[in-house]
This record gives sequence, C-alpha cells and structure tokens, in this order.
Amino acid sequence: MPETPWEPRIVAFFCNWCTYTAADLAGVSRLKYAPNVRVIRLMCSGRVDPQFILEALARGADGVLIGGCHPGDCHYAEGNYKTLRRMRMLRRMLAALGIEPERVRLEWIAASEGDKLRQVVNDMVARIRALGPLNLPTRFAEWDRELEHPLPTPESPASLDVSTPSPVRVNANV
Amino acid sequence: MSKPKLAIYWCASCGGCEEAVVDLAEDVLALLEAVDLAFWPCATDFKRADVEALPDQSLFATLVNGAIRTSEQEEMVHLLRRKSRLLVAYGACAHLGGIPGLANQFSREEILRYYYEEGLSTVNPDKVRPQPRCTHEGRPLTLPRLHHVVRALDQVVPVDYYIPGCPPTPRITQNALKTLLSDTPPPRGTVLAPDIALCDECPRKASKPLQLSFTGFQRPQHVAADPNLCLLAQGLVCLGPATRAGCGALCPQGNMPCSGCFGPTSRVRDQGAKMLSSLCANLAPKTEEEIESVLDTIPDPIGTFYRYSLPHSLLRRKVNLPVTTNGD
Repeated sequence: MPETPWEPRIVAFFCNWCTYTAADLAGVSRLKYAPNVRVIRLMCSGRVDPQFILEALARGADGVLIGGCHPGDCHYAEGNYKTLRRMRMLRRMLAALGIEPERVRLEWIAASEGDKLRQVVNDMVARIRALGPLNLPTRFAEWDRELEHPLPTPESPASLDVSTPSPVRVNANV
Repeated sequence: MSKPKLAIYWCASCGGCEEAVVDLAEDVLALLEAVDLAFWPCATDFKRADVEALPDQSLFATLVNGAIRTSEQEEMVHLLRRKSRLLVAYGACAHLGGIPGLANQFSREEILRYYYEEGLSTVNPDKVRPQPRCTHEGRPLTLPRLHHVVRALDQVVPVDYYIPGCPPTPRITQNALKTLLSDTPPPRGTVLAPDIALCDECPRKASKPLQLSFTGFQRPQHVAADPNLCLLAQGLVCLGPATRAGCGALCPQGNMPCSGCFGPTSRVRDQGAKMLSSLCANLAPKTEEEIESVLDTIPDPIGTFYRYSLPHSLLRRKVNLPVTTNGD
C-alpha cells in the first residue's frame, strides 16, 4: 500500500436527539465540513462510557468528539450532566497519563445547530492536526519490543543465573 | 499414583501473596495431601535448576504472584509456563499489574534516578546505579535488567486462570485450588471468584442510596465513618460498584472503603474508567466550576481508580514516556 500522509482520525459520539440530528441537518443543508470524523450514534451523550473513549484512543483514534443536547434540554433530563461530570474527571486522568486533554472534546449542539456542528468539527480537526498523531497502537508495539529477544532454552542456558550460589555472588559487594 | 505437582513463584510482589498461602494455616495440610509442592523458593530450598530439570508440562499448576518488571522474572515465567499444564495468576499484581503497576506513571530513568540519587534517605554521592553487567575484582557480575514497562502476567505469557485479591483470601485460594483439582474445571481464562460486584455481598448494601449525590469526597483518614452506613453515602470513594466480589467485603467490614483489589467483573474492560464513570456521574453540581471543585477532593485519580489495574487498563501506562529499546 502506498504511504498516505497522516490525516487526523476522530471518533464522534453523537446523541440521537440533538447532535446527530444537527449532523443530519448539516447534511441536508449541504454544509461542508472536514471528513475526518467517524460518527457513532447513541441515544444519549450519557451513554458514552469513558471506556469507549479510551478504547477509541487505544485503537488508533487521534481524538474523540462527544456531542449532546444543551444543559436543560436532555431528552432524558440528566444524561448530559452525567457526561459533563465524567468528562471533567476524564480530562484530569488523560493529562496524568500523558494525553493532551484537548484530544477529547465535549460540545452541546442542538438539533437546529447544523452550522455549529460544521464549525466544531472543522475546529477540532484543525486542533488535532496541530497536535499531531497520537498513534497509541504504534506506541504499545514499541513498549513491547523489550520482550522481543531470544529466551534461554535447555540447549543455551539462562543468561542470568539466579539460583546457583557461586563465589562471585557471595563476595559481590558493590 | 503420584500426586499432582504444584509450584508457587513470586515476581514483583510484596510477599503478601506468599503469606496468603501460609494463611491457609492448618488447611495447608489438606493441600499437601492433595498435591506435592515441587517449587516454592520463598518457603523451601528449591533452585531454578530443579525446575529446568523437570520434564515440560510436568507441573500440574504453577501459581505466579507479582507483576513482571525484570528480565529475570520474564525468564522465570517463560520457564514455568513451559513446565506447567496450568499457569495461574495469583493475586492482584499477576492478575492486573497491582501496586507495582503504578510505576507505569514514570519512566525507568525517573524511577532509577529517584531511588539511587534523589530519594530523601539515599546517600550515593558517586551516583552508582545497578548495572546489568560489571566486573568486580576481575570477576563478571550480572543483574537482571529493569523493564521500562510493568506488566501483568498475561501480558508476558498465556495464563489459564486468575485468582484475584491483594492478597487472595484463604477462602478464595482454597476454593480456587479445589476448582483446579476438580474434574470439571471452568473455561480457560476464568477469574476464580464470583462474577458480581462487591456491593452485592457488602453488609452495608441495604443503606446504599438509590441516587447518590456527591458534594465532595472524604478521605478515610479524615473522618470517623459510620460503621453501618454505605461508605459511598458518606462521601468516601469506595470502589465496590466497580470491583468483583469474593472477599466478603473485608475492607468495608473493617470500616475502610474498597480499593478495588479483586479487579473488575467480566463485563468491564477497564476498572478505573468504569469507576470514574459511576462515581463522577453522581456528582451533585451542574456547572463546570462547581464540578471541578468537587473533583479537587480526589487528589490522585490514577492511584484512586487504577490502584491495582494500571498495567491492565486500556492505556496501560503514561503514554508519552520514553522507551529505548536498543539493548537497554
């Protein structure tokens, strides 16, 4: 496969009642926005388990966008507040684990705000482009390279003799 | 017929899991009637050469406790894997990475620099560090190499069963060994403990409110907790909702919140993320500013939510730490 230049890959979780409908509206209104977002429709932004976000990043997403109804407008009354609170803590955890918190973004986009959706997506793609690739699958593979080496076999014994007492070990005083 | 051979080995662990085997007390005699202890370096005088001399697959089972973070531990678990029909991760460190796994927040260089140079109780003016190879009075000396990443056992070799806990309780250990020795062992990969949340067996369960609403979190050393009321209802971060049952709610019975050592149930992939989700969804405030001030009362989110499971979490480690792989 020919090398293609890196493009941000963003996983978007949109709630059925507001943001997904806004994305539909953007579509029928023929608004153009960056094609870097893969949208997953959920019934409520409150359904976004932090595990989904971490898994998206761990599997190669460069960013995650969550779209829900404005505060007070949630179809299920409180779901978007739950998401807001979870995201505030998740940002802290991501920062502690070395991931720029801007890679995970929560936005309130109502069903009528097709143009806001366009702006948010374009802005997020620009920010992720500026941050560069996250590329966790490659990093995980790099970490595990320290396990890639020949192990001792009965034919070629252990490189590190940990069990047999020897004068070298007895006198070792460094 | 000779008895099945059992081995017990430790890696990056505190010794508590070895102690847990000793805690079987007189029941250890029943265990010894059922199996021969073929290798248990913590308690008896066996050498690695004794294991190497065994035919492959000749051990019925090996219980490995501790995380894997040195080249020696890595070699030993590969050796024990080859010699054992069943390899069992015993205790939280082998199961999920455990407390040593919290080192995955730091680079190897940061860890070595702190412990050999900067630590408050360290006196090392020449900044001597352990070397994998060196020569002393003309003789070569070797030491195991510290890995960059702390790993759970199944991140190094295939594991057949898991016995959770920090440490596993005597009851969990006994039941697990009985299960392993039975004619109908459960499917490979099973965690040998009930697959329900700890709250289910907690004596405080009845007082758990249907709707929690946190305005701030307490730290256990700062409050005298009511001994009967749900600890979450008292604003303590209790990991019961995101932790597997099986210990009999030992910590809540001792008036301490659950810290999550049994790991998640089979439906949860990432214990820390799940606990964060459950806890933070139930904060009382609705504005960012007020939410932040409640979150400020959890000063160490990684140590709180991933106390035993950081290496086995989805991210495994602080992701921007350096690793060098060319021989060191």
